[in-house]
This record gives sequence, C-alpha cells and structure tokens, in this order.
Amino acid sequence: MRGKPSWGTLLITLGLVVGSVIMLVPLYWMFVMSFRPKTEIFNLAAPIWPSRTSLEGFRTLFESYPVLRWIENTAVVAAISSAITVSLSLLAGYAFAKLRFWGRDVLFVVFLSTIMVPIQVIMVPEFFVLSWFHLLNSNWGVILPRCAEAFGIFMTRQFMLTIPDELIEAGRLDGASELGIFIRIVLPLCKPLIGVLLVFAVVWRWNDFAWPLVVFTDQAKFMLQVGLNYLKGDPNPDWNSIMALAVIALTPMLILFLFCQRLFVQGIAGTGLKQ
Amino acid sequence: MTRQETPPLHRKARRMAWRKARQRLVPYMFVLPQLSLFLVFMFFPLGYALFISFHDWDMVGQPTFIGVANFVRLGNDHVFWFALRNTLVYVAGTVPLSIGAGLLLASALNRPMRGRSIFRSVFFLPVVVSAVVTALAATWIFNDNYGLLNRLLIFIGVAPVNWLSSPRWSMVSLILTTIWLRLGFCMTIYLAALQTIPAALYEAARIDGANKLQLFFTVTIPMLRPTTLFLTIICVIYSFHVFDLIFVMTGGGPGYSTIVLVQYIYNMAFQTSEMGYACAIGMALFALILFFTIVRWATSRRSEVSA
Repeated sequence: MRGKPSWGTLLITLGLVVGSVIMLVPLYWMFVMSFRPKTEIFNLAAPIWPSRTSLEGFRTLFESYPVLRWIENTAVVAAISSAITVSLSLLAGYAFAKLRFWGRDVLFVVFLSTIMVPIQVIMVPEFFVLSWFHLLNSNWGVILPRCAEAFGIFMTRQFMLTIPDELIEAGRLDGASELGIFIRIVLPLCKPLIGVLLVFAVVWRWNDFAWPLVVFTDQAKFMLQVGLNYLKGDPNPDWNSIMALAVIALTPMLILFLFCQRLFVQGIAGTGLKQ
Repeated sequence: MTRQETPPLHRKARRMAWRKARQRLVPYMFVLPQLSLFLVFMFFPLGYALFISFHDWDMVGQPTFIGVANFVRLGNDHVFWFALRNTLVYVAGTVPLSIGAGLLLASALNRPMRGRSIFRSVFFLPVVVSAVVTALAATWIFNDNYGLLNRLLIFIGVAPVNWLSSPRWSMVSLILTTIWLRLGFCMTIYLAALQTIPAALYEAARIDGANKLQLFFTVTIPMLRPTTLFLTIICVIYSFHVFDLIFVMTGGGPGYSTIVLVQYIYNMAFQTSEMGYACAIGMALFALILFFTIVRWATSRRSEVSA
C-alpha cells in the first residue's frame, strides 16, 4: 500500500486539489476584499492578496449601519428558535417513534410532506397571520413561523426508532409517567441527536433570508442576511463594507463548523441512510 | 347486585377507565405543541393561500372573489412561462450535475489516501455558508469586469465571458454557484451510503474478473440506487425552492432571464401587491412539486418491484 503511488492516485489527488482551490477561492476572496484598502477594490492591478491590512471597510460599516443590533437580533433569533424547534421536534418525534395513537402515521406523513412547500407559497397568508398577532418587525415574527419545521421531527423519529422498547416498558412498569420516561430514560440516550439538531437549527436560522426579508421592513431591526442584501441594494454599493459584513456573518458559522463538523456530517449522512 | 355491594371496586373501575382515557390522550400531548405551530403557521396559511388565489386583492381593500380568473391569467402571462421555464432549466441543470459530481467525489474520497479528511472538510464546508454570502462571493467571481474568473480567462488567453450581464450565461453562473454550494451535501450522503455496501459484493465481482470501472457500474451504482433516489427528490425540492441565491446574485435578471417561480411570487406579493395572483402562482408551483415528487417516488417503486 505504501509503495509508489500509481498514476491514477496522482491524477485523483490532483483533481481533488484543484477542486479544493475552487471551493476555497470565493471565501478567500471575500476575506481579502474586506481587509484591503478601499482604493484596491476596483483596481485590477492590485495583487490577489491584500497589500496591507486595512479596517476601513469595517469602520465605515459600523459607522453607517446599526450592525451590532443586527448581530444581536440574528443571535437572539438563532438561539431562541433553535431551542424551541429542537424541544418540540424531540417531543413530537418521540410520539411518532414510540407511542401509539390514532392517526399517527397519517399525521407524520402530513408533517413530512410540508418539506415540499416553498415558503413563498404561504408567504402572503403568513404575512397576514403575523400582522394579526402584531409580530411584523419583531424577532418573534421570524422565530415562530420557522418552528413549524419537519426536518427535526423526521430526524428524531429516525433516531428514536433505534431505542429498544424494553427500556420504555421498564419505565412504565416502575410507574413512571410518560413525560418522566421521556425526560429520564429517552432524552439521556439522545445526546448525539440533540447535538445534530441544534447545530443545524442554529445554522439555518442564522443564515435565513427569505422570511426575515418579509418580516423586517425597519432597517434598525434587520438580521444579518437581510442587512447584507440591503447593503448590496445600494445604488452605489460599498463592496469593501459589504464584504466586511459578509465576513462578520460567515465567521461564527465557520467556527461552529470547525468544532462541530462531526455533527454536521452525522446529520446529513443520517438523513440519507434510512427512509 | 354485586355492583351495589362493592362501591369501592366500582370507583376503582371508573378510575381505571379514566386513567386509560388519559393514557390514550398522552401521545397527543407530545405532538400538540408542534401541531399547534404547524396549524397556525403552515396548514392554515396553505388553506388561506388557496382561498386568496380565487380572489383579487391588493392587500389594502377587501378581497373580491373572481373565480379561476387568476389561474386563467397564468396561461397568458409570458413572465410566468419565463419563470416556469427558468425554474425547470435550473432544476435540470443543478440536480444531475450536483448528484453526479457528488458521487464522483465520494468515490474518490472513499479510498484510503493522504489528506482525505481535509479534502472532505473543504468540500463539505459550504453546508454552513448562507446562500446570501455565497451570492455575494460569487458576484466577485463572475463579475464581467472585475471578477476573478474573467481575469483568469484573460490571463490564459481566452476571451472573457459576460457571466452576469448576458441572459444565457447568467443562468450558467447560477447553476455553477449552486453546485459549489450543494456538492458537499451530496458527497456526504454518498460517502455514508458507500460504507453500507458489503465488501463481499466487490470481492465476488472481482473473482468474476471485473475491473475497477466494471465494479463501479455493476456494484456501486446499483447498490446506491435508493440513495440516488433520495438525493434526486431532495435536490429537486431544493432547486424548486431556490430564492436567496438568485434574489441576491442576479435579482432575476438581466431582463427576466433568471427569474424563477418563487421570486415571481415574491415580486407579485410584495412589489406589485397582487396577493391573489401571487397565491395562484404559489398553488401552481406547489402542484408542480407535488406532481414531480409523486411521479419520481411511484416510478422508483415500480422499478424496485420489477427488479
């Protein structure tokens, strides 16, 4: 195995290296543009690395827009929304996997099929629902509608089907309540699942765009992705600052990826394996 | 007789019955919180959208019932047909390419080699990159004058391409960007599925004298069939849903060359305030996705049975 690498292996490695460069260049370029002096943005003669590090882009960004507020909103929405989504998915997924009740399988299929519905199809009525509840331009207007999501229920059911019924039966014989069984017996077995659900919920809510775009019309209350689009929509966009904001929006997710890559892989691999 | 003589037992029976009834209600309690959110923010809006689609409504006044006029209008609206065509082109362009490239990548990275886990991480990275950030980064790859791609093309002596300002190439740019975004997702699902193929199958085929290419086509691909079906359905749904990327990168332009159905719905609803027509387009799109999913699922079932 450790002998001379064959031509095939070399060719594949070369292809993978080229592919990796293609994957990384767009992100690299974003970082370069955010940290270079404004004068170099439209200068074709500028080298493909920043000649000197400049924080001009970040400074104008923070001076011209309530970026701290945007970051705070995004973080609050991502945190609350994922906490609610994950808790409710665990509860419902448990019932679909382990409890028997009339209409269970039909209800599950109905939940699951909502994955097909693009948000735009229900955007108009959802907009009115929010305005009835006075939730437009509020973080709850983004949080609540996005909690009606089937991915977590599906993942939880998949995972909990593998928990032996005997454990749950034993709890019942000991006289534990159904909620007690769920909290004391089932949840401790679900730690890996909870990690997977959490990282995905956080990333999806942090990166959400279409729905926040409808909910927020007030610039002071934006979330990061909507802010990015707003900056880009300027008739004379300041790309130095846009890329600075993009770096701000991306970096926390990159860090999360660095530390939780295993969870992301498990989550995605897990959806494909069994159906 | 006996019932009257033993009231405690009677009470006990009632208590048992009550407990049983409660026991039967417990599962619903687990589902109720999630169900109530779905009712308010998914099922009700779906029904309401259907209702609105039969009305003329500018958001300010009262909705007026106009029957199927919105759906008739779809037939004569050339922008709708543009958007439908673009959506289908986008689906047809992104789905096979990202699945095919994902399979190749997974096969390449399934063998022991140096730096394997780094390669996997790099290709998987876009799973945390938002579509908006991707669109902004891609703008500077494909920009006609300042984009890196054209600078590279000029550098190697090829004529630059109007990636974003020409109707034909703007769709190509979007499809390439989508593949960048989705490749790692497909790769990861295939990598997991490759692990489940029993080594004995390869062994048997090798003994029968199959070479590497034959192994790939006679063992790997057939064994991955369920995964490919799953990926096709998921990727098609994602592609039908694409909004953020196109909205930020091209805004549907130049002209109507990259407008897709979801963005046309958004424009109708929140730019021209034609709520009824927006909902009618939404219903058409939903029917299209439903139709595709059912057909794909049904045809795969049939072939599975015959196989």
